[in-house]
Amino acid sequence: MTRKILALSVLFSVLLLSLTSATFAAGSEAEGGEDPTGFIMHHIKDSHEWHFFNVGHTHVTLPLPVITYAPDRGLEFNMSTDFQNHETHLFGKEYAHDGIYIDEHEHLGRVDGGTIYDFSLTKNVAMMILVIGLVLYLILSAANHYKKHGAVAPKGAASWVEPVVVFVRDEIAEKSIGPKYKKFVPYLLTLFFFIWIGNLLGLLPGAANLTGNIAVTFTLAVLTFIIVNVNGNKEYWKHVFATPGVPVALLPIIVVVEFIGLFTKPFALMVRLFVAITAGHIVILAFIALVFIFESYAIGVVSTLMVTFINMIELLVATIQAYVFTLFTAMYIGGAVAEHAHDDHH
Amino acid sequence: MDLIIPSSGLIFWQLIGFLALFFILVKFAWKPMLAALEEREGSIDNALKAAEQARNEMANLKAENEKLLAEARVERDTILTKAQEASKRMIEEAKEEATKQGAILIENAKAVIENEKKAALAEVKNQVAVLTLEVTEKLLRKNLSDQAAQKELVDEFVKDLKLN
Repeated sequence: MTRKILALSVLFSVLLLSLTSATFAAGSEAEGGEDPTGFIMHHIKDSHEWHFFNVGHTHVTLPLPVITYAPDRGLEFNMSTDFQNHETHLFGKEYAHDGIYIDEHEHLGRVDGGTIYDFSLTKNVAMMILVIGLVLYLILSAANHYKKHGAVAPKGAASWVEPVVVFVRDEIAEKSIGPKYKKFVPYLLTLFFFIWIGNLLGLLPGAANLTGNIAVTFTLAVLTFIIVNVNGNKEYWKHVFATPGVPVALLPIIVVVEFIGLFTKPFALMVRLFVAITAGHIVILAFIALVFIFESYAIGVVSTLMVTFINMIELLVATIQAYVFTLFTAMYIGGAVAEHAHDDHH
Repeated sequence: MDLIIPSSGLIFWQLIGFLALFFILVKFAWKPMLAALEEREGSIDNALKAAEQARNEMANLKAENEKLLAEARVERDTILTKAQEASKRMIEEAKEEATKQGAILIENAKAVIENEKKAALAEVKNQVAVLTLEVTEKLLRKNLSDQAAQKELVDEFVKDLKLN
Protein backbone atom coordinates (compact mmCIF):
# COMPACT_ATOMS: atom_id res chain seq x y z
CA MET A 1 0.00 0.00 0.00
CA THR A 2 2.71 2.42 1.09
CA ARG A 3 4.77 1.39 -1.91
CA LYS A 4 1.90 2.07 -4.31
CA ILE A 5 1.35 5.51 -2.81
CA LEU A 6 5.06 6.23 -3.01
CA ALA A 7 5.23 5.16 -6.65
CA LEU A 8 2.14 7.19 -7.48
CA SER A 9 3.45 10.26 -5.70
CA VAL A 10 6.77 10.02 -7.54
CA LEU A 11 4.94 9.75 -10.84
CA PHE A 12 2.72 12.64 -9.89
CA SER A 13 5.65 14.82 -8.83
CA VAL A 14 7.49 14.09 -12.07
CA LEU A 15 4.41 15.11 -14.01
CA LEU A 16 3.92 18.27 -12.00
CA LEU A 17 7.60 19.04 -12.15
CA SER A 18 7.49 18.90 -15.92
CA LEU A 19 4.54 21.28 -15.82
CA THR A 20 6.44 23.67 -13.60
CA SER A 21 9.34 23.54 -15.99
CA ALA A 22 6.99 24.16 -18.87
CA THR A 23 5.65 27.19 -17.05
CA PHE A 24 9.07 28.67 -16.89
CA ALA A 25 9.83 27.82 -20.48
CA ALA A 26 6.70 29.52 -21.66
CA GLY A 27 6.92 32.22 -19.03
CA SER A 28 10.39 33.31 -19.94
CA GLU A 29 9.49 33.27 -23.58
CA ALA A 30 6.45 35.38 -22.91
CA GLU A 31 8.43 37.78 -20.80
CA GLY A 32 10.68 38.13 -23.80
CA GLY A 33 13.92 36.55 -22.78
CA GLU A 34 15.86 34.65 -20.19
CA ASP A 35 14.97 36.33 -16.93
CA PRO A 36 15.30 33.82 -14.11
CA THR A 37 14.94 36.50 -11.43
CA GLY A 38 11.65 37.67 -12.88
CA PHE A 39 10.49 34.09 -13.19
CA ILE A 40 11.34 33.29 -9.57
CA MET A 41 9.83 36.52 -8.26
CA HIS A 42 6.72 35.89 -10.32
CA HIS A 43 6.33 32.58 -8.50
CA ILE A 44 6.94 33.68 -4.94
CA LYS A 45 5.07 36.98 -5.00
CA ASP A 46 1.41 37.59 -4.73
CA SER A 47 -0.56 38.34 -7.87
CA HIS A 48 -3.98 39.54 -8.93
CA GLU A 49 -4.48 36.45 -11.06
CA TRP A 50 -3.57 32.82 -10.48
CA HIS A 51 -1.24 31.77 -13.25
CA PHE A 52 -0.71 28.01 -13.52
CA PHE A 53 1.20 27.33 -16.72
CA ASN A 54 1.31 28.08 -20.41
CA VAL A 55 0.53 25.78 -23.26
CA GLY A 56 2.30 27.33 -26.22
CA HIS A 57 1.18 30.94 -26.07
CA THR A 58 -1.99 30.26 -24.16
CA HIS A 59 -1.84 31.21 -20.51
CA VAL A 60 -3.73 28.87 -18.24
CA THR A 61 -4.86 31.14 -15.42
CA LEU A 62 -7.59 31.56 -12.88
CA PRO A 63 -8.94 35.11 -13.07
CA LEU A 64 -9.49 36.52 -9.58
CA PRO A 65 -11.77 39.27 -8.30
CA VAL A 66 -10.26 42.71 -7.84
CA ILE A 67 -11.97 44.43 -4.95
CA THR A 68 -11.13 48.04 -4.30
CA TYR A 69 -12.25 50.68 -1.91
CA ALA A 70 -11.84 54.38 -2.35
CA PRO A 71 -13.37 56.90 0.04
CA ASP A 72 -15.02 58.78 -2.79
CA ARG A 73 -15.92 55.80 -4.99
CA GLY A 74 -16.88 53.18 -2.42
CA LEU A 75 -16.46 49.47 -2.90
CA GLU A 76 -15.92 48.23 -6.43
CA PHE A 77 -15.75 44.73 -7.82
CA ASN A 78 -13.91 43.87 -11.02
CA MET A 79 -12.08 40.88 -12.42
CA SER A 80 -8.34 40.67 -12.91
CA THR A 81 -8.93 40.12 -16.61
CA ASP A 82 -10.28 43.68 -16.84
CA PHE A 83 -6.83 45.12 -16.10
CA GLN A 84 -4.56 43.10 -18.38
CA ASN A 85 -3.65 42.33 -21.93
CA HIS A 86 -5.72 39.34 -22.96
CA GLU A 87 -2.89 37.89 -25.06
CA THR A 88 0.16 38.29 -22.79
CA HIS A 89 -1.72 38.50 -19.47
CA LEU A 90 0.55 41.39 -18.54
CA PHE A 91 -0.73 44.12 -16.28
CA GLY A 92 0.08 47.72 -16.96
CA LYS A 93 -1.08 51.28 -16.65
CA GLU A 94 -2.20 51.23 -20.27
CA TYR A 95 -4.84 48.58 -19.47
CA ALA A 96 -6.64 50.80 -16.96
CA HIS A 97 -10.28 50.00 -16.43
CA ASP A 98 -12.81 52.43 -15.04
CA GLY A 99 -10.10 54.77 -13.82
CA ILE A 100 -8.21 52.01 -11.96
CA TYR A 101 -5.08 50.31 -13.14
CA ILE A 102 -2.74 47.56 -11.98
CA ASP A 103 0.84 48.30 -12.97
CA GLU A 104 3.48 45.79 -14.09
CA HIS A 105 4.60 45.38 -10.45
CA GLU A 106 0.98 44.52 -9.57
CA HIS A 107 0.46 47.76 -7.63
CA LEU A 108 -3.08 48.98 -7.85
CA GLY A 109 -3.61 52.67 -8.47
CA ARG A 110 -5.99 55.30 -9.74
CA VAL A 111 -5.47 57.07 -12.98
CA ASP A 112 -6.41 60.36 -11.30
CA GLY A 113 -3.92 59.71 -8.51
CA GLY A 114 -6.50 59.52 -5.71
CA THR A 115 -6.32 57.16 -2.76
CA ILE A 116 -7.53 53.65 -3.29
CA TYR A 117 -7.29 50.55 -1.15
CA ASP A 118 -6.74 47.12 -2.63
CA PHE A 119 -8.81 44.35 -1.06
CA SER A 120 -8.53 42.02 -4.01
CA LEU A 121 -8.91 38.29 -3.60
CA THR A 122 -5.39 37.77 -4.85
CA LYS A 123 -3.64 34.49 -5.58
CA ASN A 124 -2.55 34.26 -1.94
CA VAL A 125 -6.05 34.99 -0.65
CA ALA A 126 -7.38 32.22 -2.89
CA MET A 127 -4.62 29.98 -1.63
CA MET A 128 -5.47 30.93 1.95
CA ILE A 129 -9.09 29.98 1.35
CA LEU A 130 -7.90 26.63 0.00
CA VAL A 131 -5.64 26.08 3.00
CA ILE A 132 -8.36 27.05 5.44
CA GLY A 133 -10.79 24.77 3.59
CA LEU A 134 -8.41 21.84 3.78
CA VAL A 135 -7.60 22.46 7.46
CA LEU A 136 -11.31 22.75 8.26
CA TYR A 137 -12.09 19.57 6.35
CA LEU A 138 -9.30 17.65 8.05
CA ILE A 139 -9.87 18.84 11.57
CA LEU A 140 -13.64 18.82 11.46
CA SER A 141 -13.75 15.29 10.10
CA ALA A 142 -11.36 14.34 12.89
CA ALA A 143 -13.50 16.14 15.47
CA ASN A 144 -16.55 14.37 14.08
CA HIS A 145 -15.12 11.10 15.25
CA TYR A 146 -15.12 12.30 18.84
CA LYS A 147 -18.63 13.66 18.52
CA LYS A 148 -19.88 10.34 17.19
CA HIS A 149 -17.96 7.88 19.29
CA GLY A 150 -17.02 9.85 22.37
CA ALA A 151 -13.71 9.38 24.11
CA VAL A 152 -12.59 6.21 22.39
CA ALA A 153 -9.42 5.34 20.47
CA PRO A 154 -9.05 7.48 17.32
CA LYS A 155 -9.88 6.19 13.85
CA GLY A 156 -9.58 7.63 10.35
CA ALA A 157 -8.79 11.35 10.22
CA ALA A 158 -8.77 11.48 14.02
CA SER A 159 -5.91 8.99 14.22
CA TRP A 160 -3.88 11.29 11.98
CA VAL A 161 -4.82 14.54 13.70
CA GLU A 162 -4.77 13.32 17.29
CA PRO A 163 -1.02 12.63 17.64
CA VAL A 164 -0.31 16.14 16.31
CA VAL A 165 -2.85 17.65 18.68
CA VAL A 166 -1.38 15.74 21.60
CA PHE A 167 2.12 16.77 20.53
CA VAL A 168 1.19 20.47 20.35
CA ARG A 169 -0.64 20.26 23.66
CA ASP A 170 1.96 18.28 25.62
CA GLU A 171 5.30 19.08 23.97
CA ILE A 172 4.71 22.68 22.94
CA ALA A 173 1.97 24.20 25.10
CA GLU A 174 2.38 22.46 28.42
CA LYS A 175 6.18 22.46 28.40
CA SER A 176 6.60 26.09 27.30
CA ILE A 177 3.68 27.76 29.04
CA GLY A 178 3.38 25.82 32.27
CA PRO A 179 0.31 25.22 34.38
CA LYS A 180 -1.87 27.81 32.59
CA TYR A 181 -1.40 26.24 29.17
CA LYS A 182 -4.95 25.00 28.56
CA LYS A 183 -6.35 28.39 27.58
CA PHE A 184 -3.80 28.79 24.77
CA VAL A 185 -3.91 25.31 23.25
CA PRO A 186 -6.69 26.12 20.71
CA TYR A 187 -4.74 29.10 19.34
CA LEU A 188 -1.51 27.13 19.15
CA LEU A 189 -3.26 24.25 17.42
CA THR A 190 -4.90 26.51 14.86
CA LEU A 191 -1.57 28.24 14.26
CA PHE A 192 0.26 24.95 13.85
CA PHE A 193 -2.21 23.40 11.45
CA PHE A 194 -2.63 26.56 9.37
CA ILE A 195 1.12 27.04 8.95
CA TRP A 196 1.82 23.36 8.45
CA ILE A 197 -0.86 22.74 5.81
CA GLY A 198 -0.04 26.12 4.25
CA ASN A 199 3.65 25.19 4.01
CA LEU A 200 2.86 21.79 2.53
CA LEU A 201 0.33 23.03 -0.01
CA GLY A 202 2.73 25.84 -0.94
CA LEU A 203 5.18 23.19 -2.11
CA LEU A 204 2.80 21.95 -4.78
CA PRO A 205 3.67 23.20 -8.26
CA GLY A 206 1.35 25.99 -9.27
CA ALA A 207 0.48 26.74 -5.66
CA ALA A 208 0.90 30.20 -4.16
CA ASN A 209 3.65 30.95 -1.68
CA LEU A 210 1.18 31.69 1.10
CA THR A 211 3.17 31.11 4.28
CA GLY A 212 6.19 32.66 2.57
CA ASN A 213 4.32 35.90 2.16
CA ILE A 214 5.26 38.61 4.60
CA ALA A 215 1.69 39.87 4.96
CA VAL A 216 0.60 36.44 6.15
CA THR A 217 3.47 35.97 8.59
CA PHE A 218 2.97 39.58 9.72
CA THR A 219 -0.67 38.91 10.56
CA LEU A 220 0.16 35.75 12.47
CA ALA A 221 2.97 37.51 14.35
CA VAL A 222 0.65 40.40 15.25
CA LEU A 223 -1.92 37.94 16.61
CA THR A 224 0.79 36.33 18.70
CA PHE A 225 1.96 39.77 19.86
CA ILE A 226 -1.56 40.69 20.94
CA ILE A 227 -2.13 37.38 22.74
CA VAL A 228 1.22 37.59 24.54
CA ASN A 229 0.76 41.16 25.75
CA VAL A 230 -2.92 40.89 26.60
CA ASN A 231 -2.10 37.92 28.81
CA GLY A 232 1.06 39.45 30.27
CA ASN A 233 0.88 39.42 34.06
CA LYS A 234 2.25 41.88 36.58
CA GLU A 235 5.67 40.26 36.66
CA TYR A 236 5.93 40.37 32.89
CA TRP A 237 5.31 44.13 32.80
CA LYS A 238 7.48 44.68 35.82
CA HIS A 239 10.18 42.81 33.97
CA VAL A 240 9.82 45.21 31.04
CA PHE A 241 9.42 48.56 32.78
CA ALA A 242 11.18 48.02 36.11
CA THR A 243 13.56 45.22 35.38
CA PRO A 244 14.52 43.65 38.70
CA GLY A 245 18.16 43.27 39.61
CA VAL A 246 19.37 46.13 37.40
CA PRO A 247 21.16 49.21 38.86
CA VAL A 248 19.02 52.34 38.70
CA ALA A 249 21.59 54.07 36.49
CA LEU A 250 21.21 51.39 33.84
CA LEU A 251 17.43 51.26 34.01
CA PRO A 252 16.74 53.82 31.24
CA ILE A 253 18.81 51.77 28.80
CA ILE A 254 17.46 48.40 29.91
CA VAL A 255 13.85 49.55 29.80
CA VAL A 256 14.34 50.80 26.25
CA VAL A 257 15.95 47.49 25.30
CA GLU A 258 13.19 45.52 26.98
CA PHE A 259 10.54 47.65 25.32
CA ILE A 260 12.08 47.10 21.91
CA GLY A 261 12.28 43.43 22.84
CA LEU A 262 8.49 43.29 23.01
CA PHE A 263 8.41 44.01 19.29
CA THR A 264 11.49 42.14 18.14
CA LYS A 265 10.01 38.85 19.32
CA PRO A 266 7.02 38.85 16.97
CA PHE A 267 9.18 40.52 14.34
CA ALA A 268 11.55 37.55 14.49
CA LEU A 269 8.57 35.21 14.18
CA MET A 270 7.37 37.06 11.11
CA VAL A 271 10.76 37.13 9.41
CA ARG A 272 11.71 33.55 10.26
CA LEU A 273 8.71 31.91 8.65
CA PHE A 274 8.74 34.27 5.66
CA VAL A 275 12.43 33.73 4.98
CA ALA A 276 12.44 29.98 5.55
CA ILE A 277 9.57 29.29 3.19
CA THR A 278 10.46 31.88 0.57
CA ALA A 279 14.09 30.79 0.51
CA GLY A 280 13.05 27.19 -0.02
CA HIS A 281 10.89 28.20 -2.95
CA ILE A 282 13.67 30.32 -4.40
CA VAL A 283 16.14 27.44 -4.20
CA ILE A 284 13.75 25.03 -5.92
CA LEU A 285 12.89 27.57 -8.60
CA ALA A 286 16.57 28.43 -9.08
CA PHE A 287 17.39 24.79 -9.75
CA ILE A 288 14.59 24.63 -12.27
CA ALA A 289 15.79 27.90 -13.84
CA LEU A 290 19.26 26.39 -14.29
CA VAL A 291 17.84 24.02 -16.90
CA PHE A 292 16.78 26.90 -19.09
CA ILE A 293 19.91 28.92 -18.50
CA PHE A 294 22.19 26.09 -19.58
CA GLU A 295 19.74 24.51 -22.01
CA SER A 296 21.36 21.14 -21.44
CA TYR A 297 19.85 17.72 -20.83
CA ALA A 298 22.59 16.81 -18.34
CA ILE A 299 21.80 19.86 -16.24
CA GLY A 300 18.16 18.96 -16.59
CA VAL A 301 18.73 15.55 -15.02
CA VAL A 302 20.90 16.97 -12.26
CA SER A 303 18.45 19.80 -11.62
CA THR A 304 15.51 17.44 -11.43
CA LEU A 305 17.37 15.30 -8.92
CA MET A 306 18.34 18.36 -6.91
CA VAL A 307 14.81 19.73 -7.01
CA THR A 308 13.50 16.40 -5.76
CA PHE A 309 16.09 16.44 -2.99
CA ILE A 310 15.32 20.05 -2.00
CA ASN A 311 11.61 19.28 -2.11
CA MET A 312 12.13 16.53 0.44
CA ILE A 313 14.06 18.93 2.63
CA GLU A 314 11.25 21.43 2.16
CA LEU A 315 8.76 18.87 3.43
CA LEU A 316 10.88 18.73 6.56
CA VAL A 317 11.20 22.52 6.71
CA ALA A 318 7.44 22.86 6.31
CA THR A 319 6.93 20.87 9.50
CA ILE A 320 9.86 22.38 11.36
CA GLN A 321 8.79 25.94 10.64
CA ALA A 322 5.23 25.24 11.74
CA TYR A 323 6.68 23.70 14.90
CA VAL A 324 9.10 26.58 15.49
CA PHE A 325 6.46 29.28 14.98
CA THR A 326 4.11 27.51 17.38
CA LEU A 327 6.88 26.76 19.86
CA PHE A 328 8.13 30.35 19.98
CA THR A 329 4.60 31.65 20.31
CA ALA A 330 4.11 29.27 23.23
CA MET A 331 7.41 30.37 24.78
CA TYR A 332 6.50 34.05 24.52
CA ILE A 333 3.13 33.30 26.10
CA GLY A 334 4.92 31.24 28.73
CA GLY A 335 7.19 34.21 29.51
CA ALA A 336 4.16 36.49 29.81
CA VAL A 337 2.12 34.31 32.15
CA ALA A 338 4.91 32.75 34.20
CA GLU A 339 4.66 33.28 37.96
CA HIS A 340 8.26 32.66 38.99
CA ALA A 341 10.79 35.45 39.50
CA HIS A 342 12.71 36.52 36.42
CA ASP A 343 15.82 37.89 38.01
CA ASP A 344 17.76 34.65 37.55
CA HIS A 345 18.63 35.26 33.90
CA HIS A 346 20.03 38.48 32.47
CA MET B 1 3.14 43.32 -5.04
CA ASP B 2 6.33 43.66 -3.09
CA LEU B 3 8.27 40.85 -1.57
CA ILE B 4 9.12 42.37 1.81
CA ILE B 5 6.38 44.95 2.29
CA PRO B 6 3.17 43.42 3.62
CA SER B 7 0.22 44.33 1.43
CA SER B 8 -2.78 45.63 3.35
CA GLY B 9 -5.29 43.62 1.33
CA LEU B 10 -3.69 40.31 2.12
CA ILE B 11 -3.31 41.28 5.80
CA PHE B 12 -7.03 42.07 5.85
CA TRP B 13 -8.07 38.78 4.30
CA GLN B 14 -5.54 36.78 6.25
CA LEU B 15 -6.82 38.27 9.50
CA ILE B 16 -10.43 37.53 8.63
CA GLY B 17 -9.62 34.06 7.30
CA PHE B 18 -7.41 33.04 10.18
CA LEU B 19 -9.77 34.37 12.84
CA ALA B 20 -12.69 32.62 11.15
CA LEU B 21 -10.68 29.41 11.03
CA PHE B 22 -9.74 29.87 14.68
CA PHE B 23 -13.27 30.46 15.93
CA ILE B 24 -14.80 27.68 13.84
CA LEU B 25 -12.16 25.24 14.99
CA VAL B 26 -12.45 26.31 18.63
CA LYS B 27 -16.20 25.81 18.59
CA PHE B 28 -16.50 22.69 16.49
CA ALA B 29 -13.16 20.94 16.78
CA TRP B 30 -10.72 21.88 19.51
CA LYS B 31 -13.19 22.03 22.38
CA PRO B 32 -14.86 18.65 21.78
CA MET B 33 -11.56 17.13 20.71
CA LEU B 34 -9.54 18.30 23.71
CA ALA B 35 -12.39 17.42 26.04
CA ALA B 36 -12.60 13.94 24.54
CA LEU B 37 -8.84 13.56 24.78
CA GLU B 38 -8.87 14.65 28.39
CA GLU B 39 -11.78 12.38 29.16
CA ARG B 40 -10.04 9.42 27.54
CA GLU B 41 -6.79 10.17 29.32
CA GLY B 42 -8.73 10.46 32.56
CA SER B 43 -10.45 7.15 32.00
CA ILE B 44 -7.16 5.49 31.09
CA ASP B 45 -5.62 6.97 34.20
CA ASN B 46 -8.51 5.75 36.31
CA ALA B 47 -8.34 2.32 34.75
CA LEU B 48 -4.63 2.15 35.45
CA LYS B 49 -5.18 3.29 39.01
CA ALA B 50 -7.98 0.76 39.48
CA ALA B 51 -5.77 -1.98 38.09
CA GLU B 52 -3.01 -0.91 40.44
CA GLN B 53 -5.44 -0.93 43.34
CA ALA B 54 -6.74 -4.34 42.38
CA ARG B 55 -3.19 -5.61 42.14
CA ASN B 56 -2.41 -4.18 45.57
CA GLU B 57 -5.54 -5.73 46.98
CA MET B 58 -4.64 -9.04 45.44
CA ALA B 59 -1.17 -8.78 46.92
CA ASN B 60 -2.66 -7.91 50.31
CA LEU B 61 -5.06 -10.80 50.07
CA LYS B 62 -2.30 -13.12 49.11
CA ALA B 63 -0.11 -11.87 51.94
CA GLU B 64 -2.99 -12.30 54.35
CA ASN B 65 -3.62 -15.77 53.07
CA GLU B 66 -0.02 -16.62 53.46
CA LYS B 67 -0.02 -15.18 56.93
CA LEU B 68 -3.07 -17.21 57.82
CA LEU B 69 -1.48 -20.27 56.31
CA ALA B 70 1.71 -19.70 58.26
CA GLU B 71 -0.27 -19.18 61.43
CA ALA B 72 -2.23 -22.34 60.77
CA ARG B 73 0.98 -24.18 60.12
CA VAL B 74 2.46 -22.92 63.39
CA GLU B 75 -0.71 -23.85 65.21
CA ARG B 76 -0.71 -27.29 63.67
CA ASP B 77 2.88 -27.72 64.68
CA THR B 78 2.10 -26.71 68.27
CA ILE B 79 -0.88 -29.00 68.38
CA LEU B 80 1.16 -31.81 67.00
CA THR B 81 3.96 -31.21 69.45
CA LYS B 82 1.50 -30.98 72.30
CA ALA B 83 -0.21 -34.16 71.19
CA GLN B 84 3.07 -35.91 70.89
CA GLU B 85 4.05 -34.72 74.31
CA ALA B 86 0.71 -35.76 75.72
CA SER B 87 0.90 -39.18 74.19
CA LYS B 88 4.43 -39.59 75.42
CA ARG B 89 3.40 -38.52 78.84
CA MET B 90 0.43 -40.85 78.77
CA ILE B 91 2.61 -43.73 77.70
CA GLU B 92 5.02 -42.91 80.46
CA GLU B 93 2.22 -42.69 82.96
CA ALA B 94 0.74 -45.92 81.76
CA LYS B 95 4.09 -47.56 81.97
CA GLU B 96 4.58 -46.30 85.49
CA GLU B 97 1.11 -47.34 86.44
CA ALA B 98 1.68 -50.75 84.94
CA THR B 99 4.93 -51.10 86.78
CA LYS B 100 3.26 -50.07 90.01
CA GLN B 101 0.36 -52.38 89.44
CA GLY B 102 2.72 -55.20 88.59
CA ALA B 103 4.68 -54.54 91.74
CA ILE B 104 1.49 -54.55 93.79
CA LEU B 105 0.31 -57.74 92.10
CA ILE B 106 3.63 -59.39 92.68
CA GLU B 107 3.51 -58.18 96.26
CA ASN B 108 0.04 -59.52 96.69
CA ALA B 109 0.96 -62.77 95.02
CA LYS B 110 3.93 -63.07 97.27
CA ALA B 111 1.73 -62.50 100.31
CA VAL B 112 -0.83 -65.00 99.08
CA ILE B 113 1.91 -67.51 98.36
CA GLU B 114 3.31 -66.88 101.80
CA ASN B 115 -0.08 -67.37 103.35
CA GLU B 116 -0.73 -70.42 101.28
CA LYS B 117 2.66 -71.70 102.18
CA LYS B 118 1.94 -71.00 105.80
CA ALA B 119 -1.47 -72.65 105.55
CA ALA B 120 0.04 -75.60 103.74
CA LEU B 121 2.73 -75.90 106.37
CA ALA B 122 0.10 -75.72 109.10
CA GLU B 123 -1.92 -78.33 107.26
CA VAL B 124 1.18 -80.47 106.87
CA LYS B 125 1.89 -80.01 110.58
CA ASN B 126 -1.67 -80.99 111.41
CA GLN B 127 -1.47 -83.99 109.12
CA VAL B 128 1.83 -84.97 110.67
CA ALA B 129 0.29 -84.64 114.07
CA VAL B 130 -2.75 -86.69 113.07
CA LEU B 131 -0.56 -89.26 111.37
CA THR B 132 1.69 -89.32 114.37
CA LEU B 133 -1.31 -89.79 116.60
CA GLU B 134 -2.63 -92.52 114.35
CA VAL B 135 0.78 -94.17 114.25
CA THR B 136 1.12 -93.70 117.96
CA GLU B 137 -2.35 -95.13 118.46
CA LYS B 138 -1.55 -98.12 116.29
CA LEU B 139 1.72 -98.53 118.14
CA LEU B 140 0.03 -98.14 121.44
CA ARG B 141 -2.70 -100.64 120.52
CA LYS B 142 -0.03 -103.10 119.59
CA ASN B 143 1.99 -102.42 122.82
CA LEU B 144 -1.04 -102.48 125.12
CA SER B 145 -2.41 -105.65 123.84
CA ASP B 146 -1.30 -107.45 126.93
CA GLN B 147 -2.76 -106.73 130.37
CA ALA B 148 0.34 -105.87 132.08
CA ALA B 149 1.40 -103.09 129.80
CA GLN B 150 -2.09 -101.62 129.92
CA LYS B 151 -2.01 -101.61 133.62
CA GLU B 152 1.32 -99.95 133.71
CA LEU B 153 0.15 -97.24 131.33
CA VAL B 154 -2.94 -96.53 133.20
CA ASP B 155 -0.92 -96.22 136.24
CA GLU B 156 1.32 -93.86 134.60
CA PHE B 157 -1.63 -91.68 133.44
CA VAL B 158 -3.06 -91.69 136.76
CA LYS B 159 0.17 -90.57 138.15
CA ASP B 160 0.33 -87.78 135.68
CA LEU B 161 -3.23 -86.76 136.47
CA LYS B 162 -2.39 -86.50 140.03
CA LEU B 163 0.48 -84.40 139.33
CA ASN B 164 -1.67 -82.07 137.33
